[in-house]
Amino acid sequence: MKALGIILAGGNNKRLKELSRRRAIAAMPVAGSFRAIDFVLSNMSHSGIGTVAVITQYSSRSLNEHLNSSKWWDFGRKQGGMYLLNPTITPESNDWYRGTADAIAQNLDFLYKRHEPYVVIAPGDGIYKMDYNDVMDFHSAHDADITVVCKDMPANTDVSRFGVVRTDESGRITDWEEKPIATDYRTISTGIYVIRRRLLISLMEQCVEMDWTDFVRDVIMRQKNVKNIMAYRMNSYWTNISTIPAYYAANMDFLKPEVRRHFFYDDPQVQTKVDDYAPAKYNPGANVTNSLIANGVILNGEVDSSIIFRKAYVGNGCRIHNSILFADSYISDNVVLENCIVESGVNIPEGAEYRGIPDNIRIIAE
Amino acid sequence: MVKKKMIAMLLAGGQGSRLGVLTADMAKPAVSFGGKYRIIDFPLSNCVNSGVDTVGVLTQYRPLQLNAHIGIGIPWDLDKRVGGVSILPPYEKTGDTGFYSGTANAIYQNLEFIERYNPDYVLILSGDHIYKMDYEEMLAYHQRMGADVTLASMPVPWEEASRFGVVITDEDKRITAFQEKPKEPKSNLASMGIYIFNWKLLHDALVTLKDVPGCDFGKHVIPYCFEQNKKLYTYEFTGYWKDVGTLSSYWQANMELVDLVPEFNLYEEFWKIYTETNTMTPEYMAPTAKAERAIICGGSEIFGTVSHSVIGSNVQIGEGSVIEDSIIMEGVRIGKNVRMKKAIVADNTVIGDGTVIGEGEYAPSHLDTRVYNSELATIAANSRIPGGVSIGLNTAISGATEESDYPNGRLEDGGYIIKAGEKA
Repeated sequence: MKALGIILAGGNNKRLKELSRRRAIAAMPVAGSFRAIDFVLSNMSHSGIGTVAVITQYSSRSLNEHLNSSKWWDFGRKQGGMYLLNPTITPESNDWYRGTADAIAQNLDFLYKRHEPYVVIAPGDGIYKMDYNDVMDFHSAHDADITVVCKDMPANTDVSRFGVVRTDESGRITDWEEKPIATDYRTISTGIYVIRRRLLISLMEQCVEMDWTDFVRDVIMRQKNVKNIMAYRMNSYWTNISTIPAYYAANMDFLKPEVRRHFFYDDPQVQTKVDDYAPAKYNPGANVTNSLIANGVILNGEVDSSIIFRKAYVGNGCRIHNSILFADSYISDNVVLENCIVESGVNIPEGAEYRGIPDNIRIIAE
Repeated sequence: MVKKKMIAMLLAGGQGSRLGVLTADMAKPAVSFGGKYRIIDFPLSNCVNSGVDTVGVLTQYRPLQLNAHIGIGIPWDLDKRVGGVSILPPYEKTGDTGFYSGTANAIYQNLEFIERYNPDYVLILSGDHIYKMDYEEMLAYHQRMGADVTLASMPVPWEEASRFGVVITDEDKRITAFQEKPKEPKSNLASMGIYIFNWKLLHDALVTLKDVPGCDFGKHVIPYCFEQNKKLYTYEFTGYWKDVGTLSSYWQANMELVDLVPEFNLYEEFWKIYTETNTMTPEYMAPTAKAERAIICGGSEIFGTVSHSVIGSNVQIGEGSVIEDSIIMEGVRIGKNVRMKKAIVADNTVIGDGTVIGEGEYAPSHLDTRVYNSELATIAANSRIPGGVSIGLNTAISGATEESDYPNGRLEDGGYIIKAGEKA
């Protein structure tokens, strides 16, 4: 076992509006049958990582429910396995996690006890497939202290919600702007890091001593002139879901054949908690095109270019276009939905019409 | 000492030869049903939902698919420290090669397994029926009546009674006589092949009858219990129960699932049916797709038209294809512009572009009229059908077929192609 994993899944994000009221971002539903955290958990499992710590804090109930058994990702092991690190009151600390570095620093005990040489740190809301062994190989080949997985974004992308990096020709990170309002650079950090466990421990001990709390601000940015911090560029699909437009676009990406092939059919496949719902049922009147339909869904109306999560119900005479229906949503007869996201468990009364526009997706949360 | 009140023994070793080529590669309990399920999921889920947490599954005929499906029982929460699911294949012993010669003989050969759990009652189940039943309720009935043996039965139409073992009872539901497939039935209460025995009695019966060739519950054990003047009762069941032992009953039971409100409802939260699946993805309906009166499972990609059909997991249906009144099982790949009506296509079969299946007129089967006697075209698992051929009614295909297997591009009504060896 070369590495252990730390998944940062404690965050809230106000830019997901009503959708994050009930759940951590890592628990956001994605692509009809997954939760965001399934992607990183599957990546870790498929990379041969046998021990994973999931750091949770904000609205963790729904996430904990999803992680009720570690066996879905093959982490149900006698040796290692999955650890949920919730904030806890100790004689030394009665703080919540005050930042990403603080969350790791408060769990230094966990790092002391392990024996893996490397740590892979990753957020719980990235949608991508990756073999972290490639990053670790790159890390040792470049004699790096910290390797940051980066992505070159297409021109004209708004990168103001990311960390933006500048590298020299060797790939070493020379400058880092965190969420810049404007910048000329297009290379962003995906928030995935590889670091030796012993170095992480000493950096975290320093954070405790100095009362530093944020991994980017207080570790990466402070250390960048002293430590060899390398950028590993990933070329395959990657997105995150931290805003409504990004969340909506990430889901709609799964209607593209190449994205489906990458995630659904190419080995290794993304794993998730198994539900036990009957297959989707298409009743007379159903007319479903260019859509993803999950288990347990019952369809009686028209659905186009939409993502329907498990156990949703679509009544007679409905017209659902360019929308996302969360699990257990109930759409009564003759409802029209365009460019909407319907929160789970919401019951839309007969004949209701809700229309968003592509640039302003409408959220129906109650 | 470990003690379980009741453990279940599930008989899953039979071939189910009347399902024809569907059971060429797998035992009948492993045949898929309702898209994502396999027949054995129903009794296994019933066990778990009834609080029976120790199940021995007796396998014999082609067990690979069944073993792979059951594994260590995770989907049914039967991966337990004490109890859970155990697969019980026949085994070699001193002076005996050991295949199971009959239903009761199979249990006899596993007496040691039952003894490990020291049960008061043993529930005997078969792996070939579709139903939801609370065995706990049946046990409560068994105890209330002070029965030695309780046998589940259900009323069937009188004209069908001669296909079953029927029980004749007094007004207290105590069984007074038993007829096995009678020409002139005296009752329409058909035995469902579900028994609860007091363990001591079952043990004595199996040991006493151990040398009976082909020892069978209906033929030997039940008559023995009668002779011993034991108290046999029947537990009358009135819910949905389907025998899927023939191709047409199998097809019919699948098709009932697509009814607007199916009699057998899989969409209720209560009494879920569990199954093993590696498919976690949703299905994709393409811009050219059309599906009505159908159930479609995860991972499938539909570009054609599906009407009144059951489509399994990870199925691909190409553009321009029209699938009607058919059952398509897991992993089947159907090319473009295929026309299909009243077909059963088993797991992982590949069908080429432009092929037509199920057009013609009924003709008696040249292969086996006992098995193939409906309009259905039946295609075995892992078969290959080339593009551009036409396949008639009441036909059977197994194996990787080539264009040269179809004279003039046609498999006539009632015809068959059975090829051993190479698979698709």
